[in-house]
Amino acid sequence: MTGDPVRAGPGRPAWDPNDVTGPAARGRAAEGSGIAMTDTQTSLPGRLAAVPGGEAETAVRADALSKRYGDVTAVREVSFSIRRGEVFAFLGPNGAGKTTTVRMLCTLARPSAGRASVAGFDVARQPRAVRRRIGLVFQEQTLDDRLTAEQNLRFHAVLYHVPRAQVRQRIDRALELVALADRRHDLVSTFSGGMARRLEIARGMLHTPAVLFLDEPTVGLDPQTRALVWEDVLRMRREEQVTIFLTTHYMDEAEYADRLAIIDYGRIVATGTPDELKRQVGADTVELVTSDDAAAARRLAAAGFRVRSGEEHLVVFAEDGEGLVPGLIEAAGVRVRSVHVHRPTLDDVFLHYTGRQIRDEPAGRALPMMARARTARR
Amino acid sequence: MAAIALGQPGGRLADERESLREDLRTTGMVWEREIIRFFRTRARILSSFIQPVLFLFVLGYGMGSLVGATAGFDFKKFLFPGIVAMTVMSTAISSAISIVWDREFGFLREMLVAPVSRTALVSGKTLGGASIATVQGTIMLALAPLIGVHLTWLVVLQVIGIELLMAVALTAFGVFVASHIQRMEGFSVVMQLLLFPMLFLSGALFPLSGLPGWLTVLTRLNPLTYAVAPLRQVVFAAQHVPPIAAARFSAGVTLFGYTLPDSVNIGITCVFAAVFLALAVTGFGAAE
Ligand SMILES: Nc1ncnc2c1ncn2[C@@H]1O[C@H](COP(=O)(O)OP(=O)(O)O)[C@@H](O)[C@H]1O
Ligand SMILES: [Mg+2]
Repeated sequence: MTGDPVRAGPGRPAWDPNDVTGPAARGRAAEGSGIAMTDTQTSLPGRLAAVPGGEAETAVRADALSKRYGDVTAVREVSFSIRRGEVFAFLGPNGAGKTTTVRMLCTLARPSAGRASVAGFDVARQPRAVRRRIGLVFQEQTLDDRLTAEQNLRFHAVLYHVPRAQVRQRIDRALELVALADRRHDLVSTFSGGMARRLEIARGMLHTPAVLFLDEPTVGLDPQTRALVWEDVLRMRREEQVTIFLTTHYMDEAEYADRLAIIDYGRIVATGTPDELKRQVGADTVELVTSDDAAAARRLAAAGFRVRSGEEHLVVFAEDGEGLVPGLIEAAGVRVRSVHVHRPTLDDVFLHYTGRQIRDEPAGRALPMMARARTARR
Repeated sequence: MAAIALGQPGGRLADERESLREDLRTTGMVWEREIIRFFRTRARILSSFIQPVLFLFVLGYGMGSLVGATAGFDFKKFLFPGIVAMTVMSTAISSAISIVWDREFGFLREMLVAPVSRTALVSGKTLGGASIATVQGTIMLALAPLIGVHLTWLVVLQVIGIELLMAVALTAFGVFVASHIQRMEGFSVVMQLLLFPMLFLSGALFPLSGLPGWLTVLTRLNPLTYAVAPLRQVVFAAQHVPPIAAARFSAGVTLFGYTLPDSVNIGITCVFAAVFLALAVTGFGAAE
């Protein structure tokens, strides 16, 4: 099943029942469509990578960071660093320790062991300095839905010491970044789940943080809205040069990050750019079904291909599977019934490092809670 | 990349003045939010009048006929300041409830992770709730002519002052309780267990003289008692209260046979307000 280039969001309950798109539209197949924003994403990492990775260029650094809750070790000795201007994704299933890591980096939870610095300040020793320099969007919604969008932002501006003279202009800019300027004076209670999420992201950017933390910014959103959120994120990185740390359990999304770390059971099992990770997993595979697999396998091996005979088909390993197809067909010498080229995906990467696929298990504890809060509307 | 000032010039004092200014700004914003939200819920404005008005007329006329008038001064007039206090109390407490909502809807987190002091947040919350409670209590004064209670501008001003003090103490108390409560249901249970006893044992609804010993002790332990007494004395000061009526419908609090003057009552209320505020600040976000 790993063949799909982009995997669907799960058919989980959306966290906003008012969301325009029903659960049906959120099912397995809507997906390939959703996210398409390739140009910005390919150009930027290159530009930023040109800068040497000196200390001043490090926005976030974690050294053997651990967090224990009683007997549970939520995060085990994770180490990574994020360069300024990078979009860094933490990819892992529910319960992997993503939120706990975010909480430690944002000074909301004290590390049990290890150290971390954000924007050059130690999270344990200089929490206030850290907090002033970060934007944070929680996994759960934290807007006041009885205020308007603008009032929510104004409240935030005061809490984060945005100079009075700049408040208005920053609010304009933040709303523009997420394309919600026309909903400025509307009550948040009238917003769809996706709009509320994007407003929260705008709010996170209001005080021009050095690092923006987004904990599962797209969870529970339909594919179209997820794409919008990603557009917002990439636009902010491009136009505001903010460093973005985000967590997700959607494989397809991690592709849009400059670099990512895969976390499972509290441990980082792999770090790198999406391409690097895929390369580590291995080459492309080409699956061939022929009229005589045995004969084809012999000939292909003789022609120097790396071949393995499967139950129903042959598998050929190659660096560039697609480019190889014509040559393969010719070298096989028998009638080829079908060809399937498979590039490693992040699913394969995850499978490779953990021996499992990311399960779309029932959503975390947060969602039932939100559902309850939303139905118990005042 | 804008606005990341690493190490500003200026000494420690300048920093402190700056952070005080930011704290005040935060307090102002939290206050404003309370006010905005209050005006957005018209139902709440109305409903917070229903209970006191009901108490005033049902108790005032019902009990009033039983108690009878003394030298032309009747129970309704005695009850009236108590009902004003009751309005302040229920509004203050229901404002504090909003913290439980804030927790449930996540907004509390938005406040708690911000680089601001809890004192600033709690002050804003408390002042917001207290302002609303004071306004509601003052609106109740409009019923005075119906009851035959005479008011002067000075009395109104004095009442407002006492209401505000009382409202700060009560809202802070509510914030403290609410901070330690996870769920809405929990808050209503705790409040039912606290609110009504506090109200009934405060002297708002009946005179505190000539009670059985155990009841006397309970009323004297109740913080609200010391706010209700000066409120009533201030209102009584503008009425013609014949001495026998004053003896029967006593407004003051006696402690060890000594009638406390208003200044002492107000002092005690100030102490309670300060203690509850301090508790509210330490408790704020405790359950996060
Ligand atoms: N406050 C807490 N107390 C006890 N256990 C916790 C707490 N927070 C998280 N955990 C546990 O730590 C693990 C990681 O949780 P979390 O960081 O929320 O994962 P994720 O965000 O990746 O879904 C889970 O097993 C979770 O049950
Ligand atoms: Mg999480």
